[in-house]
Amino acid sequence: MPLLTLTTFLPLAGVLFILMIRAQDEAAILNIRRVALITTVATFLVSIGIWTGFDPKNPGFQLTETAGWSGSFFAYRMGVDGISILFVLLTTFLMPFCILASWESVQVRVKEYMIAFLVLETLMIGVFCATDLVLFYVFFEGGLIPMFLIIGIWGGQRRVYASYKFFLYTLAGSVLMMLAIMAMYWESGTTDITELVNHPFPATMQWWLWFAFFASFAVKMPMWPVHTWLPDAHVEAPTAGSVLLAAILLKMGGYGFLRFSLPMFPLASVDLAPFIFTLSVVAIVYTSLVALVQEDMKKLIAYSSVAHMGYVTMGIFTLNTQGLQGAVFQMVSHGLVSGALCLCVGVVYDRLHTREIAAYGGLVNRMPAYATVFMVMTMANVGLPGTSGFIGEFLTLSAAFQVNTWVAAFAALGVILSAAYALWLFRRVVWGSLTKANLKAMMDLSPREIGILAPLVVLVILFGVYPMPVLDATAASLEALLRSVHAAIDAAGQTASAGPLPLIR
Amino acid sequence: MTALPDFALAGPEILLAVGALLLLLFGAYGGEKRAGFVSGLSALLLIIAAVAVIVGRDGTTFDGAFVVDGFGRFLKVLVLIGSTLAVIMTQRFAVAEKFFHFELPVLIVLATVGMLLMISAGDLIAVYLGLELQSLALYVVASFHRDDGRSTEAGLKYFVLGALSSGMLLYGASLIYGFTGHVDFAGIATAAASGQASLGLTFGIVFVATGIAFKVSAVPFHMWTPDVYEGAPTPVTAFFAAAPKIAAMALFVRVVMEALEPVKAEWQQIVAFMSLASMILGAFAAIGQRNIKRLMAYSSIGHMGYALVGLAAGSEAGIYGILIYLATYLAMTVGAFAVILSMRRDGVMTEDIDSLAGLSRTNPMVAYLLGIIMFSLAGIPPFAGFFGKYFVFAAAINSGLYWLAVIGILSSVVGAYYYLRIVKIMFLDEPKGAFEPMGGEMKAVLGISGLFVAAFALVLGPLGDAALAAARTLF
Repeated sequence: MPLLTLTTFLPLAGVLFILMIRAQDEAAILNIRRVALITTVATFLVSIGIWTGFDPKNPGFQLTETAGWSGSFFAYRMGVDGISILFVLLTTFLMPFCILASWESVQVRVKEYMIAFLVLETLMIGVFCATDLVLFYVFFEGGLIPMFLIIGIWGGQRRVYASYKFFLYTLAGSVLMMLAIMAMYWESGTTDITELVNHPFPATMQWWLWFAFFASFAVKMPMWPVHTWLPDAHVEAPTAGSVLLAAILLKMGGYGFLRFSLPMFPLASVDLAPFIFTLSVVAIVYTSLVALVQEDMKKLIAYSSVAHMGYVTMGIFTLNTQGLQGAVFQMVSHGLVSGALCLCVGVVYDRLHTREIAAYGGLVNRMPAYATVFMVMTMANVGLPGTSGFIGEFLTLSAAFQVNTWVAAFAALGVILSAAYALWLFRRVVWGSLTKANLKAMMDLSPREIGILAPLVVLVILFGVYPMPVLDATAASLEALLRSVHAAIDAAGQTASAGPLPLIR
Repeated sequence: MTALPDFALAGPEILLAVGALLLLLFGAYGGEKRAGFVSGLSALLLIIAAVAVIVGRDGTTFDGAFVVDGFGRFLKVLVLIGSTLAVIMTQRFAVAEKFFHFELPVLIVLATVGMLLMISAGDLIAVYLGLELQSLALYVVASFHRDDGRSTEAGLKYFVLGALSSGMLLYGASLIYGFTGHVDFAGIATAAASGQASLGLTFGIVFVATGIAFKVSAVPFHMWTPDVYEGAPTPVTAFFAAAPKIAAMALFVRVVMEALEPVKAEWQQIVAFMSLASMILGAFAAIGQRNIKRLMAYSSIGHMGYALVGLAAGSEAGIYGILIYLATYLAMTVGAFAVILSMRRDGVMTEDIDSLAGLSRTNPMVAYLLGIIMFSLAGIPPFAGFFGKYFVFAAAINSGLYWLAVIGILSSVVGAYYYLRIVKIMFLDEPKGAFEPMGGEMKAVLGISGLFVAAFALVLGPLGDAALAAARTLF
């Protein structure tokens, strides 16, 4: 059974159902919400089939599907390996929560909203399942369209500006990748990822291709200094939109580095690792400092996301097992934590319609359950041992320490800073006495909100104390990836001179 | 020269020419009330011609002046589709604006005959004859709304500048003939290949390229486009934007690839420059436009620039890219104009982009389809426009034109801005009141072109095969 195709395109079936609902009344809108929820839950259930059918010992692509596309340069190729399967599951897992989170907060143009989310789900799953470069690009870029509309239509005050910025920034980065994909096709004669990883591209060409891919993934990630679209897009997007933005869309950058930059351009990756380290450390320290002074909760989370993605890029380019595993773990963990934090902001935003930190204070008195959830997620964001945030940061830092002590030292500074901004945020919003009049009527979490947040809390703590499900799934694929990278580096080291920058071993 | 030429090869053209003359007689004796009937028959005639082109055979006739090959047949079908849809979309609008006369569809058919001749041209004389037959019909069509000052102005501008460019083309053709001693493409190619390119031949190439660039509205010979697009009656603009562009591009490809292939170095830089300049100007100049017809004019300038990328590559992959690009361009243009032609509120046509505000709520289906077309024009996957861009830029990369590809693709990001603005106006802005309901034929045209654009990935297989076979015939 074509499980991956089914998972990818099942949300589109939901879109068809929603399109058939023509009525405008309250009952019809409820039906639209239900169809969207059922579709996303069904997609998640189907994606569990991928997990059970997946063999973690096998490093290659599994459950592969191929369909020809004669007369053109590419084919429909799908498959998952240890790197991508987690992101597929993360996407399908988070989608029902996104739909639930929008259940009451979205009241206008519900039909279009749900359609946009379901289309976005198809495109996100497709990104992680595609094993053909062009197919990947189609999904990768196509995701801009629903996200543009989600931010633009259901966003906050400056939604138009934010949606344009998001779209054009990401597009500008990605089009260069498209040119690189073409160049790779002409060089190797294929766009099949499984064949491309074995194709030795000439060293100079690797540099150009690496930068073209970097342009795209650095914007998507986002890395300093091209991160400025994220705070805008993140703040203006509706709650569920920011959840997906932080939890899934940002991961496409890190996934791209792992899937393309490292295995296909190993020489350039090694040469340019110091460059990445520099940007990562700047991102970790600088954006953490910026996060400290934010007055908007969502903006603070956005900057903290940029900082956390800095650990990911740093981990990936250490080119050792801990670094890669830590990077993947950090991405999964950040997906859960930042998603949950956005939902937490959404909870109070739905009640008070402001995200300004100063408008809150002393919420613990009225909302003890909310305070508990918020606390767990804040701790996970800080990277407290026992939460999933710790594992990723620890692994990437220890990996960086093996490569370059200074990088590790500066990055560790970010851990302290993250404690500062996250705990301070928590203090200002939740602790303290309840003095503001309009907060005195705040209701604690509704059963629906508990239902959304509880699974995330459980997973964050579970992965914190028992990270093996994630690490086991990725181990074989990442080992194989590293072997091929180091083999390519060794081969190049024997035959040719090193690149302009000294190799790091 | 002994036997009669093989007329059957030119069957579709002869059919259209004779049919157009008969329709003219029919209209002239029947009077104005038969205009609708003439229009329907014209559309039918064009469809029959398209079928005849599809089932026809390949060959050369009239001593090599008329060539039927896969490349030509592919583009002829596109041109005929474009013309048919133009005829279909004209009537309702022209009747409402009170300029519907039976000559209008007949002139479109005659212009189409000229386009088909251009596509099939095998020597320079045929090139000129086809081009002039097309252009003369188009000049008249542009000023067809004769009570409207803007329309007459557009026609006059188009005529003066068009005649100038035709003159340049003719001068260039005479130079090429003078310095190679041939008018047929094969002979020119042989002569050009035998020696090094003489200065005279280079001059000839420059003038011919200028003449054709005017017809495809490539920068720096684009100045007429926004004015003519804006001034001409909207259905005529829809016609101008699609079919003649395809025919002129086909002519360009044929002249440089068949006759001037041996002196590629001479024309490649000209084409690359025009392509680059068109892409950049198309992207930047459209940003400030408020009139949707002017915007489409700059948009088409940009798109011709992208198509020229494939020609600059000058390879089989490049021609393949052009063919795919033109097919997608036709669908997107026709779909967009189906909406533009229906922008009527309280009995008055509007061309203001802002009048599309809130279309997603007043008429969601139209907004969805136009939104898809706009994203496609911007080149966002998975829509048709992306694949067109993909193939032309892939060809440029393959031919080592990296700078052209990089600057071109970045200009497409700039261009995305104004397409996004239309999406923004339709989806994000508050409604300003609904348009009058679309006509049935407009709905059909928009629906079919929108679906084609949206599901292009699914039809890429067969279409790509056809385009590949067509591109191969030039090599």
